[in-house]
Amino acid sequence: MTTTPSAARTAGAAMPDGSPRTHYLNATYGLKSWLLTRDHKRIALLYLVSISVFFALGGLMAVLIRMELATPEGDLFQPDIYNRLFTMHGVLMIFFFLIPGIPAVLGNFLIPLMIGARDLAFPRINLLSWYLYSIGGLFTLWALLHGGVDTGWTFYTPLSTNYVNTSVITVGVGIFIAGFSSILTGLNFVVTIHRMRAPGLTWFRLPLFVWGAYATSLIQILGTPVIAIAILLVAAERTLHIGIFDPKLGGDPILFQHLFWFYSHPAVYIMILPSMGVVSELVATFSRKPIFGYKFVAFASIGIAVLGFFVWGHHMFVSGQSIYAGVIFSVLSMLVAVPSAIKVFNWTATLYKGSISWDTPMLYALGFIGLFTIGGLTGVMLATLGIDAHVHDTYFIIAHFHYIMVGGAIMGYLGGLHFWWPKITGRMYPLFWSKLSAIVIFIGFNVTFFPQFILGYLGMPRRYHSYPPEFQVLNVMSSAGATVLGLGYLMPLVYFIWSIRYGPKAPSNPWGATGLEWQTTSPPPVENFLTQPIVTAPPYTYPAPKRAPEVTRGV
Amino acid sequence: MASEGHGHDLPGLAHHFDSYAQQRDSATLGMWTFLVTEILFFGGLFAAYGVYRSLYPEVFRASSHTLSIQLGTFNTVVLIASSLTMALAVRGGQTGKGKLAAALLVLTLILGSVFLVVKGFEYHEKFVEHHVPGASFHFEGPDAPHAQLFFSLYFLMTGLHALHMIIGIVLVGYVAIRAASGAYTPENYNFLEGTGLYWHFVDLIWIFLFPLLYLIGRH
Amino acid sequence: MPAHVQPVRVYFGVFAALMAFTALTVFASFVNLGHANTFVALGIAAAKATLVILYFMHVKGNTKLVPVVILSGLFFLLLLFLFLAADYGTRGWLGVPGR
Repeated sequence: MTTTPSAARTAGAAMPDGSPRTHYLNATYGLKSWLLTRDHKRIALLYLVSISVFFALGGLMAVLIRMELATPEGDLFQPDIYNRLFTMHGVLMIFFFLIPGIPAVLGNFLIPLMIGARDLAFPRINLLSWYLYSIGGLFTLWALLHGGVDTGWTFYTPLSTNYVNTSVITVGVGIFIAGFSSILTGLNFVVTIHRMRAPGLTWFRLPLFVWGAYATSLIQILGTPVIAIAILLVAAERTLHIGIFDPKLGGDPILFQHLFWFYSHPAVYIMILPSMGVVSELVATFSRKPIFGYKFVAFASIGIAVLGFFVWGHHMFVSGQSIYAGVIFSVLSMLVAVPSAIKVFNWTATLYKGSISWDTPMLYALGFIGLFTIGGLTGVMLATLGIDAHVHDTYFIIAHFHYIMVGGAIMGYLGGLHFWWPKITGRMYPLFWSKLSAIVIFIGFNVTFFPQFILGYLGMPRRYHSYPPEFQVLNVMSSAGATVLGLGYLMPLVYFIWSIRYGPKAPSNPWGATGLEWQTTSPPPVENFLTQPIVTAPPYTYPAPKRAPEVTRGV
Repeated sequence: MASEGHGHDLPGLAHHFDSYAQQRDSATLGMWTFLVTEILFFGGLFAAYGVYRSLYPEVFRASSHTLSIQLGTFNTVVLIASSLTMALAVRGGQTGKGKLAAALLVLTLILGSVFLVVKGFEYHEKFVEHHVPGASFHFEGPDAPHAQLFFSLYFLMTGLHALHMIIGIVLVGYVAIRAASGAYTPENYNFLEGTGLYWHFVDLIWIFLFPLLYLIGRH
Repeated sequence: MPAHVQPVRVYFGVFAALMAFTALTVFASFVNLGHANTFVALGIAAAKATLVILYFMHVKGNTKLVPVVILSGLFFLLLLFLFLAADYGTRGWLGVPGR
């Protein structure tokens, strides 16, 4: 290996005399070294901090919503304030936490490590995408301080164009800019996965998390531009009065819904696919077994991403779209259940006769599998035209998509965070408290959202701040569960921060996992690997993890 | 070049790439992926155009006839010519002729500006004729109430296209200066190539906008 | 290892073809072909676009991945068009307003 500046920089990592090791966290210091970094690992941490802020804000909105709904009367907020609350809850959680967060935090940190690369293909664009995300977020926060939006996160026309007087344009601009960030992240991941894999790392040797991230990126690239143009058209209609969607001029408001859901339905899979990738890693690692049917799980990710673009009309069954188009969309929607079920079956088959260890990440993974199954099966119910006509715009829908997004996406995200935290920070967190948090979140989640299935089936509509008194018992249950869930989410926040300073030092591979990211030190050096790894085996070679020999490429 | 191994200091090769070929392939793939997002971005507008043209064919035809076919054709020729000069400029960068590339880029920039000036005259004419959607809109012809949809789409589509042109002109100006100072070598002219791809993409959009907006049933 | 360099005459040849297609599409719009006018116009535009993509944008002679990227982008755009057609094309069939 030739001695070059970069080699000299990382050579400190192997110092035998016990002097402090240089890694990506302590290589340079100061605010500037973070805000101008091009290191994918540091950018992942920038994302982690910023999406946590938006998660907390969105959570605060949820707390206020559940407080209002504890009683049947609309006694805490005026109806228009309540409209803003649930709208901002949706906008913050979807556009500023779930969509950018999970791919950008775990994906950013892990993809180069998992494929044995020194960085993403475009490090500067990676930093740019964090800045765009932040600028978009600031726009939205600014709008929030000026009264927020009350259209619902869907911005349906003509309500959003002709009737409301809230900060539609400001939030629209925020989402537009954040969309750019999302596109650039996806683009970066796709190019990186295609062009930067280590020698010997063929497509079918990739960890399933990388497959999930790849599928996610495809959706970000193909879907996001369409919602961007939809938002632009709404903004143009509001400011310039050029009525693309205005019925008075012959425009069709339903066209907006088409353009909106062309992105926003696949966007659900932007949220869930990375978590599915995480769960595949966790299930294999903590069952000490290779994943059952690797290729099926891998292709199921791509299948979900592609099929996701065939089904958007199931959001519009009762909105005036042609009934024939509704039938087509209904049938196609059920097809998404196939790759989803393949994943669930293959995870359970992996668990079967595995030597399962009940570590914290595994608890989250098991929670994911159960909750995702409930969310997915109710999704099949909703894909049925007749049932959807009955429960459309009720709490049944709310419960369904929270099982997918909160029970699925966030459980997977937290599981991944607990799994890779030792790698990210080089520290362990308290095992007892973390296991407790998984259990508390699981219980709190179910108490919050299961009653909403019943409420919706009984006919309680969404987006109202008051309801008939007979619904109160279930609503109080839901609000109580939300309190437990909120406490559950606070626990990782506390012990993760604690662990950065006081946690015991983590070894390179605390879980005995396969995968290139565990072969480098914790935390990794700036260039990720001291020598270029070469891959000679498929992933998940459990029970005995065979390490690929670390050799220098070329010399 | 891959034999340089882990860490290298070759000129114009970023630290995380192993070879110029890997770097160039990444840049090409990245740029094309970006252009795919642009296709879908404009695609949303084309979809809206398709829906409304199928709903109101008569008024779309009548409205289209108010556009100047001479100016539209002239602009098409100008833009395709600018694509030619751009392609030749990229070839200049590829073969290490920086000065030639810079000259051709300046020519591209001039042709792009001509396009925008002509577009400006067309817009001005629309203002004079009250064909701009809004309170003062006025249109005589079949199905006149729906004429605003055509002109809304006309201004949105050509306006977004013009915005892309302006961004393109800034980019072309930047790479012209860089090319003149010899920044592009046969090993790494990726930014020039990427700018070229972007410029050709803007041309592609116009290739579809021209028949869809100007040439509806002129007979 | 620089990328493949195309001869200058290829660029001028493509330019000439693009000019010819432009003249043809303007001419065709003045001929009454009924509904076919639209398809002729779009077909010529597609032919011009293909020339630009293959030669000016160097997809010919580049890695095979690039055409895959372009075609998959167009495929998803086609999905948008097709499903919109499925909705707007069948709106009136039931004879019930709003369905």
